[in-house]
Amino acid sequence: MTELRDTVLRVEHLTMRFGGLVAVDDLSFDVARGGITALIGPNGAGKTTVFNCITGFYNASEGRLALLHGDPALWNLLDALTAGGSRSLRQGNSALFLLERMPDYLVTQQARVARTFQNIRLFPGMTVLENLMVAQHNALMVASGFTVLGILGFPSYARAERAAIEKARSWLDRIGLTARADDPAGDLPYGAQRRLEVARAMCTDPVLLCLDEPAAGLNPRESAELNALLLDIRNDFGTSILLIEHDMSVVMEISDHIVVLDYGVKIADGTPQEVRNDPAVIAAYLGVQDEEVEKAQAEVGL
Amino acid sequence: MSKKSEIAAAQSERVDLTRALRDAGLAALLAFALFLPLIGFWARNVGEGLLLVTRWDALALVVLIVAAARLFYTLVAQPWLKRQRARRTEIAPPWRTALAKWFIPFAIGFVVVYPLIAIAGAGMRGSIKWVDNFGIQILIYVMLGFGLNIVVGLAGLLDLGYVAFYAVGAYSYALLAKTFGLTFWILLPLAGVLASFWGVLLGFPVLRLRGDYLAIVTLAFGEIIRIVIVNWVDLTNGYAGITSIPRPTFFGIPFNADDNGFAAVFGLEFTPLHRTLFLYYIILGLALLTAWVTVRLRRLPVGRAWEALREDEIACRSLGINTTNTKLTAFAMGAMFAGFAGSFFAARQGFISPESFTFIESATILSIVVLGGMGSQVGVAIAAIVMIGGTEIMRELDFLKEIFGADFDPTKYRMLLFGFCMVLIMVWRPRGLIATRRPSVFLKERKTISADLVKEGHG
Ligand SMILES: Nc1ncnc2c1ncn2[C@@H]1O[C@H](COP(=O)(O)OP(=O)(O)OP(=O)(O)O)[C@@H](O)[C@H]1O
Ligand SMILES: [Mg+2]
Repeated sequence: MTELRDTVLRVEHLTMRFGGLVAVDDLSFDVARGGITALIGPNGAGKTTVFNCITGFYNASEGRLALLHGDPALWNLLDALTAGGSRSLRQGNSALFLLERMPDYLVTQQARVARTFQNIRLFPGMTVLENLMVAQHNALMVASGFTVLGILGFPSYARAERAAIEKARSWLDRIGLTARADDPAGDLPYGAQRRLEVARAMCTDPVLLCLDEPAAGLNPRESAELNALLLDIRNDFGTSILLIEHDMSVVMEISDHIVVLDYGVKIADGTPQEVRNDPAVIAAYLGVQDEEVEKAQAEVGL
Repeated sequence: MSKKSEIAAAQSERVDLTRALRDAGLAALLAFALFLPLIGFWARNVGEGLLLVTRWDALALVVLIVAAARLFYTLVAQPWLKRQRARRTEIAPPWRTALAKWFIPFAIGFVVVYPLIAIAGAGMRGSIKWVDNFGIQILIYVMLGFGLNIVVGLAGLLDLGYVAFYAVGAYSYALLAKTFGLTFWILLPLAGVLASFWGVLLGFPVLRLRGDYLAIVTLAFGEIIRIVIVNWVDLTNGYAGITSIPRPTFFGIPFNADDNGFAAVFGLEFTPLHRTLFLYYIILGLALLTAWVTVRLRRLPVGRAWEALREDEIACRSLGINTTNTKLTAFAMGAMFAGFAGSFFAARQGFISPESFTFIESATILSIVVLGGMGSQVGVAIAAIVMIGGTEIMRELDFLKEIFGADFDPTKYRMLLFGFCMVLIMVWRPRGLIATRRPSVFLKERKTISADLVKEGHG
């Protein structure tokens, strides 16, 4: 387990029930600051549900989701914050948030947690550049004086907009889509849409980036590009990444820490090496898949 | 070409003919069933009772016309359309790009000089009708269309009760002007503020609704406002409406024949045309203001958030956008422009009653937006000209009386024309006249986005 000192997000006793179905059952894990944490598990294990709870799309049935900006000393105030009724606590540049108490848009706006979706959710009828501009909504909203100054054409807004375009352009350079900036996002090939969704999430300046199966449907080359992009994000921006992934090559290659879920219950938690050799994981997940792979390979004559 | 393929081609032609005949027969049957009660029987008031008259000749004529039209469509029009479609090239012809570039400046220039053209064409007396019935009337709907376009076209929220805000604007002006004697220029912004306040009020309960549910609740809201106006007789005078509403003045100078009236002060001969021209330029200014504000809003974060909301609300929330506020601002903004238009309407008419704010008005404005192409200002303006101008022009078609007899009234067929236009456009351009979307910002060049990619919103 990572030490609390280096933790950006603490998930404690998270439970999510849908009627009689317990999708996530008493789940606890930590996400390390500046690291890549992977959340894996078979289909229907509850991974996306965990994301939806963290990002405020679902109200967790039980549990605490705490996120820290800045000084780790603030962790000591977590229980006090929980006992009080408020959502967050600020001290200078540092802050502590209880995500389960916040509506979805505030989780992104204030706690600065960004996410992508399992089924890509771009704005297909808007251009690639516009997608990245929408992601900078809150910063631009302030710069436009909540529309008033913007309507009147104050130069401060024009400056802010140029800066936003510059930022979008730097992300487009990074994901190799500069040439397609003015094309509608819905026209991009699948792999490019995935990368654009990651870039769009990054344009909100997140502290924690949650990616729901970013490599799904990518070919090996695109998958390798995505790995490089994620490592770049971690190294250049220090953004912590929480990743759901089915593709074991991606998970083993880039993640520092893996949490394994099965039927909503955590069955393993550790480094890639530890998880790879964990008998419970092999039984629930990896083992079955390897066998299936071998069987399929035998069938096609490999 | 080989003999075989020629025969095959000839065969397919023959098959087409039988198919066309069958289609025409079906159409005739359908027309017969539909028009039998509508045209075949005619209940006439004769003294005390009703006399049922049959009109088999008229029915046969209509059925024949329908069958012939269907035959023409399958045999001539459809193949022609197909060939046209195949011939359409990727690159737009040069005249088209030139048209796109010069259309808006030319159109604005035209509407500015339009009253002068009307005066030159129809003289001082005759031009009033052209400036008032065509110019002002159309511009009111252009403005309403622009306003509703923000809610429906940009934010993707289907609003069937838009006329409620128009009514709020009109009654605000009428009541405040009569009670407190405030002038038009003070009440115009005030009416806008009041209407947008009601817009927010409507916005709150419908925030969580989508699609059909949103449409029904907004429809109900429109009716509630109208029914309150009808029944709150002490305040609004109910069905009788409010009369002698103060008219706008030219910086305090009234438009009348008095010694201190506009004509006398400026040493002109008195004519009601002065006021009509003044009103024309006010509504033109208001419509242009609405268009300009909308264009600017689209380039601001709120405008982009509206469009993003139409595209994908969940993605918006994941980007930290407060969708509640975004929807409310869209409702408030749309309602504000309706309020402006409403107060102008009251000032122009001098008389308002609940009759002017029925559901059919909402439907008309919405169909202008839908026919024009959601989100497109040029499309909305063209649709307003066609729909409102079209109904006005029906009053002018006196020559039809010579064909159909003296008691023929073309305006009675207004709704028929309306429906016909709607069906035609929806077949020809399902997403409206101008369905392409112009990006709000670009890196290298502004490419228009085809309608297939742009979402219509989910409510
Ligand atoms: N909104 C909901 N209402 C009811 N049940 C839900 C809801 N969301 C998820 N579930 C259920 O919770 C369980 C976990 O679903 P979840 O989508 O979190 O799985 P997952 O691990 O992301 O699977 P996959 O790998 O297929 O994406 C499933 O049984 C699912 O049917
Ligand atoms: Mg999932």
